[in-house]
Amino acid sequence: MQMSGAQMVCEAIIAEGVKTVFGYPGGAIMHVYDEIYKQDGFEHILTRHEQAAVHAADGYARATGEVGVAMVTSGPGFTNAVTGLATAYMDSIPLVVISGQVPLSLIGTDGFQEIDAVGISRPCTKHNFLVRSLEELPRILKEAFYLARSGRPGPILVDIPKDITVDIGEFNYPDSVHIPSYKPTYKGNNRQIEKAVEAIKKAKKPLLYIGGGAVLSNAYKLIRELAEKTQIPAVETLMARGVMGAKNPLLLGMLGMHGNYASNMAMSETDLIISLGARFDDRVTGKLSEFAKYADIIHVDIDPANIAKLVDVDYPIVGDVSTVLKKMLPLLDDVNTARYQAWRDILKRYDELHPQSYVDSDEVIKPQWAIERLGELVGEDAIITSDVGQHQMWAAQHYPFDRPRQWINSGGLGTMGFGLPAAIGAKRAYPEKTVINITGDGSILMNVQELITAAEYKVPVINVILNNHFLGMVRQWQTFFYEKRYSETDLSFQPNWKALAEACGGIGYDVTTKEEFDAALEDAIKQNKVCFMNVAVNRFENVLPMVPAGGALFNMMLPPKTEENGGEK
Amino acid sequence: MSDTNTRRVISVIVMNESSVLARVTSMFAARGYNIESLTVAPIPNSDKSHITIETQGNARVMEQITKQLHKLIPVYKVIEHEEMVEKEMVLVKFPIAENLSDIASLASAYNGGIVNVGKEMVVAQVADEPRRVKHFIEAAERYNPCEIVRGGVVAIER
Ligand SMILES: Cc1ncc(C[n+]2csc(CCOP(=O)(O)OP(=O)(O)O)c2C)c(N)n1
Repeated sequence: MQMSGAQMVCEAIIAEGVKTVFGYPGGAIMHVYDEIYKQDGFEHILTRHEQAAVHAADGYARATGEVGVAMVTSGPGFTNAVTGLATAYMDSIPLVVISGQVPLSLIGTDGFQEIDAVGISRPCTKHNFLVRSLEELPRILKEAFYLARSGRPGPILVDIPKDITVDIGEFNYPDSVHIPSYKPTYKGNNRQIEKAVEAIKKAKKPLLYIGGGAVLSNAYKLIRELAEKTQIPAVETLMARGVMGAKNPLLLGMLGMHGNYASNMAMSETDLIISLGARFDDRVTGKLSEFAKYADIIHVDIDPANIAKLVDVDYPIVGDVSTVLKKMLPLLDDVNTARYQAWRDILKRYDELHPQSYVDSDEVIKPQWAIERLGELVGEDAIITSDVGQHQMWAAQHYPFDRPRQWINSGGLGTMGFGLPAAIGAKRAYPEKTVINITGDGSILMNVQELITAAEYKVPVINVILNNHFLGMVRQWQTFFYEKRYSETDLSFQPNWKALAEACGGIGYDVTTKEEFDAALEDAIKQNKVCFMNVAVNRFENVLPMVPAGGALFNMMLPPKTEENGGEK
Repeated sequence: MSDTNTRRVISVIVMNESSVLARVTSMFAARGYNIESLTVAPIPNSDKSHITIETQGNARVMEQITKQLHKLIPVYKVIEHEEMVEKEMVLVKFPIAENLSDIASLASAYNGGIVNVGKEMVVAQVADEPRRVKHFIEAAERYNPCEIVRGGVVAIER
């Protein structure tokens, strides 16, 4: 069929089954927007900033497992989108971002709103394309979606010069792709899998180390089955919360810089790490030379470059976690679960010794209490997004995540401003679910304009602001490592949160007591409007346990058992 | 794993498309890996190009370089050369006043010769193993070379 490049873009999006696109128009992408106006195959949501468009598509992708799509114009539209691309890249999230570009004849002339988009985005995309002719556009669009979702997923940028969107040509959307230089390995080497199984059977203190790849691979049922069958305890990374399910007796918790005592000790004492889609990030390992000193390592990862990047691996298995586990599970039929009993007992004692805890208060809301309360009130049903800081860590530590994709946060890049737009994306994907963005008084202002988007499109996400009048996480480091010099972290000067929400068509609640917290949440769910719950929390609360950056994982600062006297208030 | 830095020559077979070289070199730059020399040319009768990279690093770095190269979408194949034939070319310009027959015999000792004689300058060319090219350049210093252009390593597995 004959059509314009702009129409081809729309047809490809429809052919890929995408129902919602997030974006922001401008000169170079206007022809595409003109076609969006004429079609009814997908809806377009106008965010109020390109960064938010990409985060919203990202939230949509994380919640559903499908490819998210965002659209921006050239120049500043694209540069605004870069943080969104980088955020998705670091967490391996499948996105296709389409950017307008100046016409082919102007490329390289420093034309109005020209910027080298493929050059800038090269290090923060899985792959990118500058379309050079109309003929190659259908193939590139097809490849973009395929590359985004296959292998180790990631964001793909398609940069389209304006004249190509105007040109008319034949549209044949390919059924399949042919990229001979790209062949991700899914299966996992049988011999290696057998060897790994032997190692599991011989180990005394094995440990499942579960990462974000387990979520991306939709492997949670298989992983729970593996744990159940072998009775091997498990730790989750920040990105894997929900895979085991909070109630699972074999789950020790989250490990790493803010991991709980039992998890970090388990990692320090294990004799066999079974790594499933995790990548030994520095926030997880702490000091590498002290990390898991006694352990052999089985490393299952779809990206060979992750294997042996930071630690030496004894049983490398390149493959998709689900595919590998399907092969591994039958080989474990005769595993002797009693073999690991002593190990489980040790870990149980560690957890009793230093459970994930905090000292509650009757005078002021503790942020940890707020998270736990949310868990009690909305629990399994809700999708939780977050921004970056203390609130994010408390959410990861204290919320009872029950399934993967219930917890959506920027782990790898740590992007403040991610939470609200990501919540909008997730809520659009699952309108019937309660979607709560757990945020801080710093982070929420980094994409606060999206209140308007949420109000306009009736995407009633609940923003729970754990308000400590600080850039809390940075303040915490200043407390511990900079002799309490609170350089540029005091946020005492605050907006009127309630008025701010109302000004954008939402609702605001000021919460200072536990009763008000319950009442506000109940009302927020009932009102079905975007809202701010401005929760005044203890200002100087610290996220604990904490492994100081670069320290050994077993050297944790532990939470106080009673309220410290003379602590800052 | 060995921590000692060793010199390595890698061949990378890529799709011959725009910006593929930028993808390869920016990967090296972004991850802090070294490029000592680099040559690139299309492979005859194909839609592919051959990039030869001379680099340095310990075993872990070398493994990462190979894997990260593989990860680039337009990369077909990465060959970490073990048993290779390796050649490098160099052009050296000398003032015509220097002893031309000395220069000619020096160059021929390194598989080369004088390839151009102008009014004021002569140009000698040598193509040999990189180690020997280095020796040639050292020896040529004696004849006051005014310009030296090295070509970078090309290699082929034996
Ligand atoms: C875009 C961006 N800028 C800066 C940082 C560094 N940073 C990490 S946490 C943090 C403080 C966040 O404060 P807030 O949102 O109020 O959360 P809290 O830690 O108080 O819960 C900052 C500034 C970041 N992660 N992202």
